[in-house]
Amino acid sequence: MSGAILILGATSAIARGAAAAWAQRGYRLYLAGRDVESLRRDAADLTIRYGVAVHFGAFDAAAHDSHAAFLQRVTEEMGELEGVLLAFGYLGSQARAAADFRETLIIINRNFVDAVSILNLCADQLEQRGRGFIAGIASVAGDRGRQSNYTYGAAKGAFALYLQGLRNRLFPAGVRVLTIKPGFVDTAMTFGMPGLFLVAAPQDVGARIVTAVERGRDVIYVPWFWRYIMLIITCIPERLFKRLKL
Amino acid sequence: MNTLPKDISGWGRYPVQRCELVRPERHAELWSEAPSLLARGQGRSYGDAALNAGGRVVLTERVNRFLAFDRDKGIVRAEAGVTLAELLALTVPRGWFPLVTPGTRHVSLGGCVAADVHGKNHHHDGAFGTSVRELELITAGGRRLRCSAQENVEAFRATVGGMGLSGIIGEVELQLRPIESAYIRARHQGAANLEQLFALLQDSDHDARYSVAWVDLMSRGAALGRGVVMNGDHAAADELSGGRRLTPLRLVPHKAHNIPFAMPGWLLNRFSIRAFNSRYFRREGGRDAPFLVDYDTFFYPLDTLDNWNRLYGRRGFVQYQCVVPTATALAALQQLLQRLATSGHPAFLGVLKRMGAQGTGYLSFPMAGYTLAMDLPMQGATTLALLDSFDEVVLQHGGRVYLAKDARLAPASLRAMYPQLAEWQRVRRELDPQGVFSSSLSRRLRMEEEA
Repeated sequence: MSGAILILGATSAIARGAAAAWAQRGYRLYLAGRDVESLRRDAADLTIRYGVAVHFGAFDAAAHDSHAAFLQRVTEEMGELEGVLLAFGYLGSQARAAADFRETLIIINRNFVDAVSILNLCADQLEQRGRGFIAGIASVAGDRGRQSNYTYGAAKGAFALYLQGLRNRLFPAGVRVLTIKPGFVDTAMTFGMPGLFLVAAPQDVGARIVTAVERGRDVIYVPWFWRYIMLIITCIPERLFKRLKL
Repeated sequence: MNTLPKDISGWGRYPVQRCELVRPERHAELWSEAPSLLARGQGRSYGDAALNAGGRVVLTERVNRFLAFDRDKGIVRAEAGVTLAELLALTVPRGWFPLVTPGTRHVSLGGCVAADVHGKNHHHDGAFGTSVRELELITAGGRRLRCSAQENVEAFRATVGGMGLSGIIGEVELQLRPIESAYIRARHQGAANLEQLFALLQDSDHDARYSVAWVDLMSRGAALGRGVVMNGDHAAADELSGGRRLTPLRLVPHKAHNIPFAMPGWLLNRFSIRAFNSRYFRREGGRDAPFLVDYDTFFYPLDTLDNWNRLYGRRGFVQYQCVVPTATALAALQQLLQRLATSGHPAFLGVLKRMGAQGTGYLSFPMAGYTLAMDLPMQGATTLALLDSFDEVVLQHGGRVYLAKDARLAPASLRAMYPQLAEWQRVRRELDPQGVFSSSLSRRLRMEEEA
């Protein structure tokens, strides 16, 4: 287990949970994100707790031109990558997005365009190597458009579709692609939100991601019962659904 | 950052108050602009010390990263939200133990500092503050201040035992104690009454590193204050046998049981408690021969029962912990137990300890003498009146009440009990002239106001 795993958006609570689970298994990690001081702290914590080498560095998801150089730097520092977890995203506000197109653009870019830009490069590298994995955090919000967050849902839905295509493309090369669809997870994004139920701890979700990668799963809902919640929600006929306040 | 208005309480589940919660994920987010702020770790203080009714409460649970660990010198530096449980999991397998630990692992390092908690070894090693090499204090306005016994000493002394009112504790650097094994060589001795219990606690022949007495609070008359003294020392590796000897620093983790919801309030009454105590006294009092026990069982017996505070039902409970100076401690504690016995009020768990010298902080609780802690189910006015009458006894003898356990002390009593309050107030005003940091406890006790 000398492989290195790149975590994009590493300071998010779910990414932290997954990083801990991988570190516990002895993987070396590269933590990437905007807040370098926080990454430094996360790296120190993982190294002290689990005794693995953890590197970190600045990554600007919106600066697409910088992505190739970034990935090259990571590879030089860590050796060939075992896999990539893409954990960054932006919930934003549907109300603001409806009133201001700049918010809409940020939501679409962060959750879809920026993710595609860096994962395209990762996919090429892993495909050449002929093994490894890509795991991307989409959302249950991407399974059906709802008035409360359809811009975020559309971007995450597009990202899920992209991952699906990538899975299809990379299968012959032996590279696995995992789509993660979290329901309610107890993160900064959901803290204080009204109407949440059965909220999962980010450490548990992180550990689930790591076992799902090991088992070569394609799509997981976390917590698992969200698969069935979303099954019901996607089965509601549109004629009825459009009347609902969801 | 998202805010969550919520009714919360301390560990005693009394009182319950509406606070505005925020939960930073990162160290950089610990400070936020608000008219009234208070950090809260694991919420294990009993009364209203970690409540800020109507104000903002900063939950530090996610700010829990280890920053450095020197395995040769036993020095660890961490964000203040790290719990003792996390610390023990890291350091015990590598042969290091906290210099001072309270009776639960489920406390944050920041909370240990803010309450300057003590352990069963206070008579030897002092309180938590003595093991702190350095603190990072985030003061009003978001300024970060390094303080220690050498640097910014006044801020340090206002923070250790300062109940979180000097600022938010961001990082803590601790000195640890080397150990050879995860086991304690323990010994129990029964004592038929309080006098005997005192004699055993004073006995220098049995002067173990760790020493504590369980007191049967329901005993009366000639048996008033009977109990069991529990002594212990870290066991050397060669004292262990069998498989333990091969991996002396390894422990098989205990399974914790959960109390799923608040139990009916009548469950802990004076009859059920009396029956439990008699059985406990007979069983534990007779283990006079030294025996080996893992550190978990020795230090954290109640941690095997998650949410044990729910045993006290919806109304919760109050813990009364006081310390009285050595000279008249026996008389003072006899009076307290007498008052408890005559009141007929049920009281569970009684713990008696010998204390060493006054601690680091201006408001540190310990003083040379004896401390008694009692858990009393909350029964409204009768409970509060009884505790007021306890305060009289404690004041008379020059003792004090522990703020981390308090929910009902009067402002005048605080002033009589904590002679360094004025110094603490002066430093606090310098650090936080606007009085941003505040808690329900500090307002109830008017801690900022002079006399």
